[in-house]
Amino acid sequence: MYDFTYQKPASLADAASILSGDADAKALAGGMTYIPVLKQRLAKPSAIVDLSGLGLSGITVAGGTVTIGAMTTHGTVANSAEVKAAIPALAALAGGIGDEAVRHRGTIGGSLANNDPAACYPSAVLALGATITTNKRAIAADDYFQGMFTTALEEGEIITSVSFPVPERAAYEKFRNPASRYAIVGVFVAKFATGARVAVTGASQSGVFRHAGMEAALSANFSPDATAGVTTEADNMNGDIHASAEYRAHLVGVVTKRAVAKA
Amino acid sequence: MPQVTLTVNGKQHTVEVEGRTLLVELLREKLGLTGTHVGCDTSQCGACVVHVDGVSAKSCTMLAVQANGTSVTTIEGLAAADGTLHPMQEMFREHHALQCGFCTPGMVMSAIDLVNSNPAGLTEKEIREGLEGNLCRCTGYHNIVKAIAAAAPLMHAK
Repeated sequence: MYDFTYQKPASLADAASILSGDADAKALAGGMTYIPVLKQRLAKPSAIVDLSGLGLSGITVAGGTVTIGAMTTHGTVANSAEVKAAIPALAALAGGIGDEAVRHRGTIGGSLANNDPAACYPSAVLALGATITTNKRAIAADDYFQGMFTTALEEGEIITSVSFPVPERAAYEKFRNPASRYAIVGVFVAKFATGARVAVTGASQSGVFRHAGMEAALSANFSPDATAGVTTEADNMNGDIHASAEYRAHLVGVVTKRAVAKA
Repeated sequence: MPQVTLTVNGKQHTVEVEGRTLLVELLREKLGLTGTHVGCDTSQCGACVVHVDGVSAKSCTMLAVQANGTSVTTIEGLAAADGTLHPMQEMFREHHALQCGFCTPGMVMSAIDLVNSNPAGLTEKEIREGLEGNLCRCTGYHNIVKAIAAAAPLMHAK
């Protein structure tokens, strides 16, 4: 790992000012992805700005919305009685990320800022139509994810919380890589009064995406059988040693059906 | 150089580190606590698991500076001053839950956290799932699971 200066600001304004004043400074949340990146010398930040002193953790449920602070760990979300009661699928998703020790440190804000194409959280945020709040503005999920490792976040912009509307029903199903536990294909389905939303992670070269065909079918009939005739193009799917593009496209159908059955 | 003040196994230390120093490097190289192992160095294998403020963390994937102000427990901090083993260590011995022993410190630390966070008890399935972040290359899982199942009631009885 290349060395860097370490800073742990006590206020959001200070953190934002350090990050916007130095293009090579990077924010550190839980570090479960970024520390391995540093260890492999894939990044050479001038400064690491630790966000853990900003008071950004915590969960509130009010008025049909679950709001989770950006520095809230996966373990806290997974074990939260409030999240389990309001959106059990979200708690279950958090409880399936990494392993116990990783869940003690990894955070929702870190996961979303990184937008790994195989991460779990982006699918929940997109399928539930969540709002990502930063130190500057509120960003709708549909505008936030802009392709693999790419988001709407600007330089120096820090996620402070994520607000999820409570759906009628929802579920997350992950076909996971047995070694890394990342999603080979992960599908989050959510049923609202206005229709169904379906977001797929792990599968596409463009990162998390909404599946229009599945949404149309499930908005008409939210049942596992409704997914039967819906196809997924292999053209833009990831292919690697774990799964070919064609296999991932096939898995999208299988995993979506399982998710609907579980919802 | 940044200074880190932390409590390790009940004793406070102030140590000069680099920003990039990992917690496991602080423990092993600065404090000489070599019971915590580095296996994969990629946060997969769990040989480096310690407790940070009471919960398990992979010390190869945490900066030493992030541990400033925390209380860390390593495998060396489990036994009593007179050498009496922690119930989890005792059950690992009783059930022969190790072969080469390399993964054992991390296994024991993860197992204690698992038992602590499940006061109502654990099924065999829950123990196996709870160990998903710890790898044993001797494939000694059966006896590790037995040891944890045996230690859980002893720990809760304390």
